[in-house]
Amino acid sequence: MFFGELLASSLRMAVPILLTALGAVFTERSGVVNIGLEGMMIVGSFWGALGAYYYGPYFGLLLAMAAGMFMALIHAINTVTFRVDQVVSGVAINILAYGSTRFLSLAIFNMATTSPHVSGLPKINIPVLSGIEFLKPLVTDVSPVIILALVLVPISSFVINRTVFGLRLRSVGENPLAADTLGINVFKMKYAGVLLSGILSGLSGAYLALEHTGMYVEGMTQGQGFIALAAMIFGNWEPKGVLWASLLFGFSEALSFRVVEGGVVPYQFVKMIPYVLTLLVLTGVVKKSTGPAASGVPYERGLK
Amino acid sequence: MDKAVVLRGITKRFPGIVANDRIDLEVEKGEIHAIVGENGAGKSTLMKILAGIYQPDEGEIYIFGKKERITSPGRAIELKIGMVHQHFMLVDRFTVLENIILGAEKRLGIALDEKKCRKAVEELLSLYNFSLNLDARVEEISVGQAQRVEILKVLYRGADILVLDEPTAVLAPQEVKELFNNLRRLKSEGKTIIFISHKLDEVLEIADRITVLRRGRVEGTVLPSRVTKEDLARMMVGKPVMMKLDKEPVNAGDVLLSIKDLVVKESSGKPVVNGVSLEIRGGEIYGIAGIEGNGQKELAEAIIGLREASSGRIKACGRDITGLSIKEIRDLGVAFIPEDRHRQGLVLPMKVWENMILGYHTKKEFLKGKSLNLKAIRRFTKNKVEEYGVRLSSIEQPIEGLSGGNQQKVILGRELSREPKVIVASQPTRGLDVGAAEFVHRELLKMRKKGRAILLISADLEEVLSIADRVGVMYNGKITAEFRPEEVTSEDIGVYMLGGDVKAGEGK
Repeated sequence: MFFGELLASSLRMAVPILLTALGAVFTERSGVVNIGLEGMMIVGSFWGALGAYYYGPYFGLLLAMAAGMFMALIHAINTVTFRVDQVVSGVAINILAYGSTRFLSLAIFNMATTSPHVSGLPKINIPVLSGIEFLKPLVTDVSPVIILALVLVPISSFVINRTVFGLRLRSVGENPLAADTLGINVFKMKYAGVLLSGILSGLSGAYLALEHTGMYVEGMTQGQGFIALAAMIFGNWEPKGVLWASLLFGFSEALSFRVVEGGVVPYQFVKMIPYVLTLLVLTGVVKKSTGPAASGVPYERGLK
Repeated sequence: MDKAVVLRGITKRFPGIVANDRIDLEVEKGEIHAIVGENGAGKSTLMKILAGIYQPDEGEIYIFGKKERITSPGRAIELKIGMVHQHFMLVDRFTVLENIILGAEKRLGIALDEKKCRKAVEELLSLYNFSLNLDARVEEISVGQAQRVEILKVLYRGADILVLDEPTAVLAPQEVKELFNNLRRLKSEGKTIIFISHKLDEVLEIADRITVLRRGRVEGTVLPSRVTKEDLARMMVGKPVMMKLDKEPVNAGDVLLSIKDLVVKESSGKPVVNGVSLEIRGGEIYGIAGIEGNGQKELAEAIIGLREASSGRIKACGRDITGLSIKEIRDLGVAFIPEDRHRQGLVLPMKVWENMILGYHTKKEFLKGKSLNLKAIRRFTKNKVEEYGVRLSSIEQPIEGLSGGNQQKVILGRELSREPKVIVASQPTRGLDVGAAEFVHRELLKMRKKGRAILLISADLEEVLSIADRVGVMYNGKITAEFRPEEVTSEDIGVYMLGGDVKAGEGK
C-alpha cells in the first residue's frame, strides 16, 4: 500500500514537469531555448485559478493555456523576430510573470500571494483497474489532466517524429538555413514550437493550481519549469525519454515528502533531493546527450 | 526554342562594392554552362540571385522565356531552378531520405507517407543511376555522397535547371569523375546545368560553354574547344598568369621538424591523428594531401601546440617541443599559417598594424618600456605592407575590410618576417584567387630556398603536387602513402585519399 501510494504521488508530482518538459521539447526542437517556461507555468497557475474561480475549471484550464501562450508569444517575438538573446528573453519572461501575477493577484483577489480556493475537474476512477488493491491509489480519484499528460506523450512523439510538421520543426532546429533554402518557413516553425511550449506550460501551471493544490499560491511552481528543462535534456529531447525523466524527478519529490514525514533526516536536506538530482543530471548526462544543432542560435536570412 | 535562363543587366550592390555589374547571361536548354571567375568576381552572388536568396537591384530575369522575379528560394523551386550549394545545406542528423524529401514531403493526412517518399526517391536513383543508402545519416556519409544528396534534393523537387556552386572543391579526383558522369547523365535527360568553378581543367572538360566573370562583370562567353587554360586564366585575372612555378632544386639541409608516432585524440577519446611520423629537412616542402577531416588540421595544431599530443614526440629545430606552450614553440622559430584566417590567424575588428604584430607584441623592438612602441610598430607594418604589396587604404583600418588575399599577405608578413626555421602552412591558399594564391606559392618557395622546413597541408591536390618536394597522403589519421610528386599521378593519390591502395588495387 505504501508503495502504491508512493507511485501515485510520484505520478502526481511528475505531471507538471512532464507537461512543461514536453513543451520544452517542442521549442528546443525548433531551435529556440526557452528558460521562460517557469514564468509560463506561473501565469498558467494564476490565470488558471482566476478562470476557475469565476467560470469553473474548464474555463480555467483554457485561460491558463492562453496565458502561457501569450507569454510564449512575447518570447517568440523577442527571439525569433528580433533575435534577442534567448536566455535574456527567457529571464525577462520569468520576471514579468512573477511581477504581473503578484500585481494582478493584489488587484483582483486583494491578496498578494494566494487566490481563494478553487475547485478542479471532477476526478476519475479508472474502471477495472481500481478493483486491484495494489493499484488503488494509482487509479482512483485521478485528475483528468494526468491522463491527458500521459496521452500527450505518444501524441507528441508521433507529431515530432512521424508528421510533416515534426520533420520540418526538427529541420529548423538542426539547420535553419537548409530548411529555408527548401522553402520551409523557418520563422513560422519556430513560432509554432515556442507557442506550443507556452500552451503546455500554461496547462502545467493550471494543473498545479486547480488539480494539485486547489488554489493559486505565489511561488507554487518551485522552479519546476527549470527542472522540466533538465528532464528534457535527460530525456534526450524525445517525448518518451521526457516521460521517464519526469517520473524520476516526480519520484524524488514524492520520496522527499515521505522522508520528511519520517523525520529522520533534517527537512532541509530532504527537500534538496529534486534539485540535487537536477544538478547531477545536468552535469552527468549533458555530455552524452546532444540537443538540436542550431538550438539557441537566432536565425537571420542572408547571413553565412 | 526558349533559352533556359536569360539574365539582362543584373546588378547587385553591397555596401562598398558592386558584386554584379550589369551582367548579361544566356544559358541554353540542356547545356552544361560553366561560370568561372576569381573569388570575389561575383559568381556566387549571381547564383544566389538565381536561387532567390538575393534580390537584384537592377536587371531582368527570364526563365524558359518568361520574365520572372525570383523572390524566395521557394519561388526558385517553383520555377524549377535547383541550387546545389558549395557548403552543403544538409541536416546532419537526418537520414539521406529525410534530407531529400524535406520541404516537399508526400503526406498521408498530417503524417509523413514515408513509403511513397521512398518510392519516389528510389525511382530517381535508378533513373539517373545514382548510388546512395537512403537510411544512412548524413553525418555518416562521405562528401561525395553528401553532394549526391544535394543533387537529388533538387531533382526530387522537379528541377530542370541545376546550379552547382563550386561542386568539385571538396571532392577527390575519383569523386569528381563520378560527379561528371552523373552530370552528363543529367544532361542527356534534358536537364540544364550551370556549373560554377575556378578550376579551369575541370571546366574545360565538362562545359559546353564557359562564361568568365571578372570584378562583377562578364568578361566573355567562350567555347572550351576554342580556348586554352591560359586564355581562361588571363580572362579571369585580366593579365597573363604564370601557370607553372619555377621550382629550383634546393639541397636539403638538416632535419628541422621531426614527428614520431604522434597520436592526437578528440575529447571523446577517438584518435584523430593516429601514429603519424615524418621528417622534414631544411629547404624542403613536405605536402600533405587528403580529403579534409582526416586529421590534417589536428596534426598542424599539435605541432604548433594548440592541441595536446596523447603520445609521440615532436621535435623542431633540434629541440623536443612536445608539451611546450604555443609561445615557447613560436619563439623557437616555428611559424603557423592557420587554415581559418578569420578565426585563428587574425582578429578581424582590429587594425592592420595590430594584426601585423599579433603574438609578437612582446618582442623588444615593438616595446618601449612596458608599453607598445607604436612608432616602431607602424614603421614595421608599413615596410611589410610595401614588401608584400598589401592593398589597403590605411594601416589603421580594421583588417576585416581587406580582401582575403590581402589578409593572407598580412599573416605571411607577420609569420615569415621573424625568419622562422619551420613553417606550418595549413590550407594557405584557401579562398584566395589565382593571383593571390600564386603569391603565396612564391613566398613558400622563397622560404624553401632560404633553407626552411615547410609543412604544407592542403586539400588542393594540384597545389601540393606543384610545390611540394615530397607528398604524404593522410587518411583516417594516418599517412598512408608517400611519394615524390614527379613519380605519381593525381589519380593515384586520389585512390589513397579515399582510403584505397594502388598496389593492392583496391581503389574504392
